[in-house]
Amino acid sequence: MFGKLSLSAIPFSQPIPLITSAVVILIGIAVLVLITVKGWWPYLWREWITSVDHKRIGIMYCLLGVVMLIRGFADAIMMRTQQAIAINAPGYLPPEHYNQIFTAHGTIMILFGAMPLVLGFMNFLVPLQLGVRDVAFPTFNSVGFWLTASGALLVNVSLFVGEFARTGWLPYPPLSEITYTPGVGVDYYLWAVQISGVGTLITGINIVTTVLKMRCRGMSYLRMPVFCWTALASCLLIVATFPILTATLAMLTLDRYLGWHYFTNTAGGNPMMFVNLVWAWGHPEVYILVLPAFGIFSEVFSTFSGKPLFGYRSMVAATLFICVVSMMVWLHHFFTMGAGAAVNTFFGISSSIIAVGTGVKIYNWIFTMYGGRVRFEAPMLWSMGFIFTFIIGGLTGVLLAIPPADFLTHNSMFLVAHFHNVIVGGVVFGLFAGLEFWFPKAFGFRLHQGWGKAAFWLAFIGFWVTFTPLYVLGLLGMTRRLQHINIPEWSPWLYVSVVGVGILALGVVAQATQLVVSIRDREKLRDLTGDPWDGRSLEWATPSPPPFFNFAVTPNVEGEEAYWGIKLRAVESQQLSPEPKYEAIEMPMNSPVGIYTAFFAFVFGFAMIWYIWWLAIVAFAAAFAGFVAFAWRDVHEFVVPAEEVARAERARRAAREALLGRLSQQGVLP
Amino acid sequence: MTDMGLPASIEAIRRVREDPHRLGHMTHGHESALEGIGHGATGPAGKRIIVGYGFWIFLLSDIVMFSCFFAAFAVQRNATAGGPTMAEIVDLPRVALETAALLLSSYTCMLSFAATNARNLFWTQIFLLVTGLFGLAFVLLEAQEFIELAGRGITPDRSGMLTSFFGLVGLHGLHVTLGGMWLATMMAQVQVKGFRPEIVHRLICFNLFWHALDIVWIGIFTIVYLIGGGA
Repeated sequence: MFGKLSLSAIPFSQPIPLITSAVVILIGIAVLVLITVKGWWPYLWREWITSVDHKRIGIMYCLLGVVMLIRGFADAIMMRTQQAIAINAPGYLPPEHYNQIFTAHGTIMILFGAMPLVLGFMNFLVPLQLGVRDVAFPTFNSVGFWLTASGALLVNVSLFVGEFARTGWLPYPPLSEITYTPGVGVDYYLWAVQISGVGTLITGINIVTTVLKMRCRGMSYLRMPVFCWTALASCLLIVATFPILTATLAMLTLDRYLGWHYFTNTAGGNPMMFVNLVWAWGHPEVYILVLPAFGIFSEVFSTFSGKPLFGYRSMVAATLFICVVSMMVWLHHFFTMGAGAAVNTFFGISSSIIAVGTGVKIYNWIFTMYGGRVRFEAPMLWSMGFIFTFIIGGLTGVLLAIPPADFLTHNSMFLVAHFHNVIVGGVVFGLFAGLEFWFPKAFGFRLHQGWGKAAFWLAFIGFWVTFTPLYVLGLLGMTRRLQHINIPEWSPWLYVSVVGVGILALGVVAQATQLVVSIRDREKLRDLTGDPWDGRSLEWATPSPPPFFNFAVTPNVEGEEAYWGIKLRAVESQQLSPEPKYEAIEMPMNSPVGIYTAFFAFVFGFAMIWYIWWLAIVAFAAAFAGFVAFAWRDVHEFVVPAEEVARAERARRAAREALLGRLSQQGVLP
Repeated sequence: MTDMGLPASIEAIRRVREDPHRLGHMTHGHESALEGIGHGATGPAGKRIIVGYGFWIFLLSDIVMFSCFFAAFAVQRNATAGGPTMAEIVDLPRVALETAALLLSSYTCMLSFAATNARNLFWTQIFLLVTGLFGLAFVLLEAQEFIELAGRGITPDRSGMLTSFFGLVGLHGLHVTLGGMWLATMMAQVQVKGFRPEIVHRLICFNLFWHALDIVWIGIFTIVYLIGGGA
């Protein structure tokens, strides 16, 4: 009846997961009770859960990402402290638990922390920057988000019911095969990643179609903001490589469930085929994450330097260069496979060459600041910290790209330090810069800058104190993923690293404080103009937060930096453009199909993990029936009457008039 | 960039500009002739173009997924682990029959869309039905093949080669089966709702899907059955 599921799946004998999940469940229940008592369900259902507004979906993506980042950071604290304690000692985490923690840390940080944030930014920004009202497929957008959320839920359920994989964040066979890992841990991994991967693919298709087919009039390719270019490149990579992940995990699933031989070490299976396939996805995945972060930095540097981006076209070219070459470097993750000198040389050279594209970008950002009036606000601090951190990370990366050197550092703490250096320094700093930068656009008030700057400095210093010792440890010969350590000479470096994690934790506290303080002082921090940073691209032409239809009249773009041009014209002529005639707008209707499909996808995944076949069939049938029922809907859009559009737009114009007056008085603009 | 920026002396561009139907530059069919095509100069494209384009992108991703299964077959083709080889399991006459059924189904699928373009409900439905029957014949033939092989003890858990053979062919069969479910749904929708724009859009997507499955099958027929079986 319940497959492999029984009461013994709940870890009564292990206090850490038990207490954690009890606390999480209690908090969850408390939140649900609060929502019910306050009567917020109708609002949540109408405005968020069933919303197909790309901005709402983007914000929900970011919220999911931030929550999961904190979850992954808790894993990081446990790993660092365990290694510092377990020097010639067992430490406080038994091996089977420790292995789950480093697996969960990697999976969560990449797939359920960074990915949702990146997808959230793309969702929120791309239509606004392109001057259109929504993405190409608004309802599918909602489906994609909710599928990602149900994947994240599956990962978290594994904490309480059963176990998570102990294989590392990429479940290498033959260890991950049923013979060597018979439990449900790998199955949790497989179904959680598979379900969220489908969601990611949907978003990728959506953004590619939006960028290529839905731009406002005059928005030719070489007038698009760089963030849109990076979003396009990132989503092209999603479309090209997420199916590889889907296929690879499906093969491993067939091996585990039906005893097939794709990756087994018996009967003609080929474990190295898994490693090749999974990195053919895995390396582009790194660029899927970092390219949009590069886009965020580009927007921040030009805005806070008060200058157009230096070398816009070379930036676009570098982005597309990275997009293509990122699919030709995957083998550098396993030079030690022994593919031979010729193969290793090819991938060593391609891995070094891809750094050229990033180098072009770095110089462009530096030259953007050169000669500009640089404002050191929090988003700019994150961006400048990024340049420093990312250059070091890039240089150690080029070092690792040399096969003979890689043989010495393969799977060492040096590698761990390197990829944290680029992912934290590149992706996470970029996401935090973006959160500071676009928060007022999303919520209508700015974040408290003092706490934001404190959070940056704590994170920046904490990062270096944590990871510099790991570089040293790698060179001293310490391999990654050690549950305990037998070499006491390493202990000082491990202690320093724990201090670094402590500083990082203070950074997290500072960011939480920043959020609380900003919400408390929101009236003082209110952004009335819609353009709090003196921005340059079209999202700043809308009020903060933008109306659900984004633009009352879709803009007509006449050059690069669309909004900057509009602003300059307004200042020169001392007036806004003449008021157009407002027309009724058609907008897509809300739809519960996203949450519906995701719910049954979750049930399906859970049933498959525990071998509850009847439930899997029921869930699949229900999801299909729901989809057909949705396809039967006749009305997909509703009309916003012209008067309502006009009312919203006149309020925006009044705010703009005030801004114009102030700008002219200050003489900020020419 | 608009095409205004290009030298007008280029013959091809001149001809496009003179083309009264503006093929490739406007939407076809019954929708507004003034709808944009999504290039910068014209603003967002119409629904029909967006839906078709997005579905093309999905198909590309689906073909990437197939390519992984092709790659696995290429890697494991000789990994028979002492079991049967490809040459022993290929039954070419039946595969030829399967291929004929699938290719004919593509032809009738195209005919159904010609009927859709003429807004002829009767022939659209007839040809969709014939398409579905050919698809069903294909799936049944494939099932028969698999069952016969299983009867001879040739199953995917026997060797790496058989794993990747059944995986690749089975994945395609699964696609055809799901396509059949979609087709049945579409026939019901066309019958109940007629040729509303969104129904026509879905028929376009279904056509693209069905033809893509044909292309993949040609790859399977060539690489797995002809080249693989000949080795």
